[in-house]
Amino acid sequence: MTLTDPATDRAAPGSTAERDIALRCTGVRKSYGPVRAVDGLDLEVEAGAICALLGPSGCGKTTMLRLIGGFERPDAGEIEIAGIPVAGARTFVPPQRRRVGMVFQDYALFPHFDVAGNVAYALGREAAPERVAEVLRLVGLENLGNRYPNELSGGQQQRVALARALAPTPKTILLDEPFSNLDAGLRARVRQETREILLKAGVTAVFVTHDQEEALSLADVVAVMRDGRVVQAGTPEHVYGRPSDHWVARFLGDTVVLPGEAHDGSVTCELGRFAADASLAGRVDVLIRPESISLSTMPGRQDTQEAVVLHREFYGHDQLVTVRLESGTEVRSRSIAFPAWHPGDQVRLAVDGPVNVLQAALR
Amino acid sequence: MTTAALRRPPRGLVVGAVAVAIPVALPLAYLAYVVAQDASLAWDTIWRDQTLRLLLRSSALAAAVTLGAVAVALPLSWLVTRTDLPGRRVWTVLVTLPLVIPSYIGAYLMVSALGPHGLVQDLLAEPFGVQRLPSIYGFFGAWLVLTLFTYPLVLLTVRATLARLDPQLEEAARGMGRSGWSTYRTVVLPQLMPAIGAGGLLVALYVLSDFGAVSILRFDSFTRAIYASYRASFDRIGAASLAALLVALMFVVLWLEGRTRRRFAYYRTAPGAARRPQPVRLGRWRWPALAFCATVTLLALVVPVSVLVYWSLQSVAGDPNWSEISSAAVDSVTAAGLAAVIGAVCAMPVAMLAARYPSRLAAVIERVTFTGYALPHIVVALTLVFFGTRVALPLYQTLAMLVFAFVVLLLPLAVGAMRASLLQVSPRLEEAARSVGRGPLAVLRTITAPLAAGGVAAGAALVFLTAVKELPATLVLAPIGFETLSTEIWTATSVGFYERGAIPSLVLLLISAPPLYLLTTRHQP
Repeated sequence: MTLTDPATDRAAPGSTAERDIALRCTGVRKSYGPVRAVDGLDLEVEAGAICALLGPSGCGKTTMLRLIGGFERPDAGEIEIAGIPVAGARTFVPPQRRRVGMVFQDYALFPHFDVAGNVAYALGREAAPERVAEVLRLVGLENLGNRYPNELSGGQQQRVALARALAPTPKTILLDEPFSNLDAGLRARVRQETREILLKAGVTAVFVTHDQEEALSLADVVAVMRDGRVVQAGTPEHVYGRPSDHWVARFLGDTVVLPGEAHDGSVTCELGRFAADASLAGRVDVLIRPESISLSTMPGRQDTQEAVVLHREFYGHDQLVTVRLESGTEVRSRSIAFPAWHPGDQVRLAVDGPVNVLQAALR
Repeated sequence: MTTAALRRPPRGLVVGAVAVAIPVALPLAYLAYVVAQDASLAWDTIWRDQTLRLLLRSSALAAAVTLGAVAVALPLSWLVTRTDLPGRRVWTVLVTLPLVIPSYIGAYLMVSALGPHGLVQDLLAEPFGVQRLPSIYGFFGAWLVLTLFTYPLVLLTVRATLARLDPQLEEAARGMGRSGWSTYRTVVLPQLMPAIGAGGLLVALYVLSDFGAVSILRFDSFTRAIYASYRASFDRIGAASLAALLVALMFVVLWLEGRTRRRFAYYRTAPGAARRPQPVRLGRWRWPALAFCATVTLLALVVPVSVLVYWSLQSVAGDPNWSEISSAAVDSVTAAGLAAVIGAVCAMPVAMLAARYPSRLAAVIERVTFTGYALPHIVVALTLVFFGTRVALPLYQTLAMLVFAFVVLLLPLAVGAMRASLLQVSPRLEEAARSVGRGPLAVLRTITAPLAAGGVAAGAALVFLTAVKELPATLVLAPIGFETLSTEIWTATSVGFYERGAIPSLVLLLISAPPLYLLTTRHQP
């Protein structure tokens, strides 16, 4: 393969010795009656990083956030913040002494204080007007100090919540589904603003989301959670391009799965031959993202396959085209909306992006 | 707090709530103890023919008033929420207002107007020589007065549900070709059943525990018999057995209502209808509709108020005993004010526990605090008399005993209001305060308390409002020489000096106005 693999583009994290760990969770468990919300979770977040806890609803991600914040007490396991144990077999530091900021899903702004009052409350005794103004400037709300929470838009409320959490200059800040209460149009913008504010403040941030797009676009590290555990953690490129199993692959995005045979560091499937981990042998699954599969009418390229268009879904910014190979296998391709393909079109199909090879799933 | 999980309630809170619950449970426990001590005698009393007749009479009155109240409230609630009735807003207020008049004042005004030597007879005596009117006393009078002053309880619950119903369901039924009446019967009415049940329950329990109105109207109900047997012979065991039987009857009513509620649990309404339904056009029917509203308002509001004003003017002309009235007003406000403050303080740990740390223990404590509220006031009062004379003699015939009775009887009003406002304060707000470095006490002081203050005030106002007009417990427990407005009215009525009760009644209604105003305007934005 001559194409570079974006999954390895970003530098891999350094060795443990030189890393500054802001948050470490080891074997954390929390049950509510018979329900195991968090079931042996391990997680490390480097100082200054933005980490997404990504998982479907009910996977225990919000419980984990509340455990880190000190609003719940773990049944087992340890939590360390900046090297200091805050929860464990014999330790439990209450939330007010953890110096961890929290942005709640519904923002939890104090309705009886104005914006400046909310921030000043967080500052406590150090609440000088200059300091309040400084924090409000950080989030771009310097003119709204004497508005009350019910007089603000959703995006503004979110920023007040962020300002209030950042005001006591915590080393770590937790955000619970911070964008879920915003309209789709506003979300992308607020997301980038939030990332900039967090970077400017220089805090370590852990946020919870069930939206893979949100996790991939905002985080430096994505920890994918399932059934109370982290099943894979890594850079967004890594978890998207090199998912550790079929479930993670599907959860992070649409995936084409083709059966293949692996031997000696390469894999052969219906769409061609690709490099693979040398340890893999025998029956494997080849996982390809639809955007890595391109369609054209150009004949002549060696690595192309004949196919016929079955149907097309138009999304504006792109299109999802389902084609059938000569063998009868159906494959999806995602590309920009031009040229527009139509059912019945004869096309040639090529793999233009990374593929991921996993041991064949039991069927 | 540093090592305990946040879900577990702080020990001080549990201790506080238990410390409130135990004394509140005392009257019912002591009543059971008194009856159990003379069980065979109590058993004889219960199986007397006279007792069984009492049981039938009280049940019949409760059933008749409940049916009457539903029959008045159901059309009214529909007219004022769903139709183009002219002056809908004004009618909404007018038909709810009779709730403000305590039923014993209503009974007093009815007797003073329609009774022997009453207003109407006096008016008719000169020109027509009328010597007797059909008697207002007995079942009919009690039924009429209690229906007129309790139907708003049903009206309020039904109206609230009617306003929340999703109009789409009705539109769907109309779309399937149902007529307006058929839609009401098959779609609206079933959804209203839980509200009718809840309102009807309030009415039935009110009637069973009412003492003042039935006594003034000379209807021999349980409460009147209990009071009579206590007054006549200090017949403790007789009064206690009747009281226990009455409590059992009330539990039967509660149980019956619980059954209907389970049956109709399927009809859940969507929270907050998306839009207001199109009002039903009454057309020619608006004249009978207006006549109905006017008749109810006339009987339940205009007549009593006019009679009250008439007697007040008579009384002023006759130079009333102002110092007696003002000292009664002071006594009323003192007792009710103390009850409101102490009740609000006692309600705090119970409400906090129920709202923030729901658990089986919290549920038990909350239910225990409700026992006093479910008991007829006369029962709690007599039990406390027994307790005072036998066990706690220093407390007998003191203001403390009266205030304690008020707290036992009315605590749930404060707990309910407080719990509702605490539930509106999201625990996330408290957590947000914790996350910026505030300890639990600081959070309570700076976040929870200010946000729940409205609920505390509302709870205290509700206790005050109910205590200030309370009659039976005041009558039985007030120390000698401690005359409140309600006992003044009672005395005036029982001796037939109608105009003497008028100014105390008027003052009582005026004293009730400010807390009532506070309560009704609180929820408006």
